[in-house]
Amino acid sequence: MANTTISDAGGGEPRKMTIERPRKVARRIRPSGSMVVMALYLIFLMLPIYWLLNMSLKTNAEILGTFSFWPRDFTLANYTKILTDPSWYMGYVNSLIYVVLNTAISLAVALPAAYAFSRYSFMGDKHLFFWLLTNRMAPPAVFALPFFQLYSSIGLFDTHIAVALAHCLFNVPLAVWILEGFMRGVPKEIDETAYIDGYSFPRFFIKIFTPLIASGIGVAAFFCFMFSWVELLLSRTLTSVDAKPIAATMTRTVGAAGVDWGVLAAAGMLTIVPGALVIYFVRNYIAKGFALGRV
Amino acid sequence: MNKTVNQKAWFLILPVLVLVAFSAVIPLMTVVNYSVQDTFGNNQFFWAGLDWFDDMLHSERMWNALGRQLMFSGIILAIQIPLGIFVALNMPKKGFWSSFCLVVMSLPLLIPWNVVGTIWQIFGRVDIGLLGYTLDAIGIDYNYTQNTLAAWITVIVMDVWHWTSLVALLAFAGLRSIPDAYYQAAKIDQASRWAVFRFIELPKIAGVLMIAILLRFMDSFMIYTEPFVVTGGGPGNATTFLSIDLVKMALGQFDLGPAAAFSLMYFLTIMAISWVFYTVMTTIDKREGK
Repeated sequence: MANTTISDAGGGEPRKMTIERPRKVARRIRPSGSMVVMALYLIFLMLPIYWLLNMSLKTNAEILGTFSFWPRDFTLANYTKILTDPSWYMGYVNSLIYVVLNTAISLAVALPAAYAFSRYSFMGDKHLFFWLLTNRMAPPAVFALPFFQLYSSIGLFDTHIAVALAHCLFNVPLAVWILEGFMRGVPKEIDETAYIDGYSFPRFFIKIFTPLIASGIGVAAFFCFMFSWVELLLSRTLTSVDAKPIAATMTRTVGAAGVDWGVLAAAGMLTIVPGALVIYFVRNYIAKGFALGRV
Repeated sequence: MNKTVNQKAWFLILPVLVLVAFSAVIPLMTVVNYSVQDTFGNNQFFWAGLDWFDDMLHSERMWNALGRQLMFSGIILAIQIPLGIFVALNMPKKGFWSSFCLVVMSLPLLIPWNVVGTIWQIFGRVDIGLLGYTLDAIGIDYNYTQNTLAAWITVIVMDVWHWTSLVALLAFAGLRSIPDAYYQAAKIDQASRWAVFRFIELPKIAGVLMIAILLRFMDSFMIYTEPFVVTGGGPGNATTFLSIDLVKMALGQFDLGPAAAFSLMYFLTIMAISWVFYTVMTTIDKREGK
């Protein structure tokens, strides 16, 4: 109904102009209010992060002694300490290893499954889809102890693969959902044409289909990466020394001499870096990813 | 899209099934196992039937935690959903500033959860944190480790800081998918700003909004790390939410039976509520598909 109104109204060229004009004026006036709102909101978001950055560039004496909005006694010692001490930087390495492992496993199993969900209907598909989602809803606190026992009993405790597998609990369903959303956008005729041309399923999937949903794979990878990176409860429960994630290493700053605030802040800043680096590439898809591919 | 019926598609699902069964079903069965047994130590277990469930249903501790949890999730949703929509309506539509806003807004979502906790723990401290120091300087008695109200406000503001952007991003994506024609029609009808929002924008983003509510409800209902780092569940038990209480019970006191019974009921509650959301969501999907 709305469409017919428009085509009627915008039929003549001059009339369209009169419609356009007030809209442009309105646009010029309105942003001032919007800009204030956005500026306030972005400041609200940035202030705590700024404060962390500010602290990470100060010495402990300055943090505790004087209160200032920028470092008077600028120092990179906190960062140097983290990047030169193996017990610190190995935390980052461990985190990155299990995050990458998890992303690879999640995508590898989710791709065929998402294809099946987007193309075929079969017995129990809707229930299965919901069951997958329930795993995304499972509170990690419920699974912490059973996971600990399961991985201890099969000798995987304190390994990277254990954490990677544990994170599959919520990342595989997420990857399936996101990929399915993207795959639905690819017309089915492409598959059929390829089969008529004599492509086998694996060859079609790798040669033709995968490039078509490359952006979807990128987004799914990003989300797996992100949720594995931010999770702490499971990764802390499943590791002790060899695969200890950086997030758990951070509790080390509480020593006999009190908390080492500067190093804690620097470590926190460094955990923000990987996310900040990759987010630029997926900025236009991030909402689609969060909406599980359904915008 | 009309789908072909093909039972062989099950083979494509198989890897997911095996993996998820390994990492979800086996641990869940362990929990079920514990929930119906009691132990005197030494790995000797005996059948306890549904005693633990009965215990937990009459345990004041669990009901209190549930009450706090519901209150927390309720407040979070009541603040974040309207605020997120409001922010989305005010975002620049395209160009450099739009990308800039998207990137900055996504930043809090990508910070590890315990670092989020750490950031706010520092930020709220009266001696070295900007927020605590400022509040103290203007004469407000603020101490999130001692004062229940201050602890609650800190945890809620932290969650608003952390997750409002998610709602805003989703609402923004929904708003952008509305064809320009709708706005032009509204212009011709001389619809007010409110009417445009109420009759065009809100119905059009309803689907995405459901996802936002579902995600925010789920995640706030199982929140653990952030309040644990900031307040440790205190002062007293004031910010001990369900997950915090559960971890305390299972890993702290090692009360496996009650903790397992508690886990199952917790999981089932989340599933039941999420199922309602999911059904509403798919119904909206179908209606739009027609």
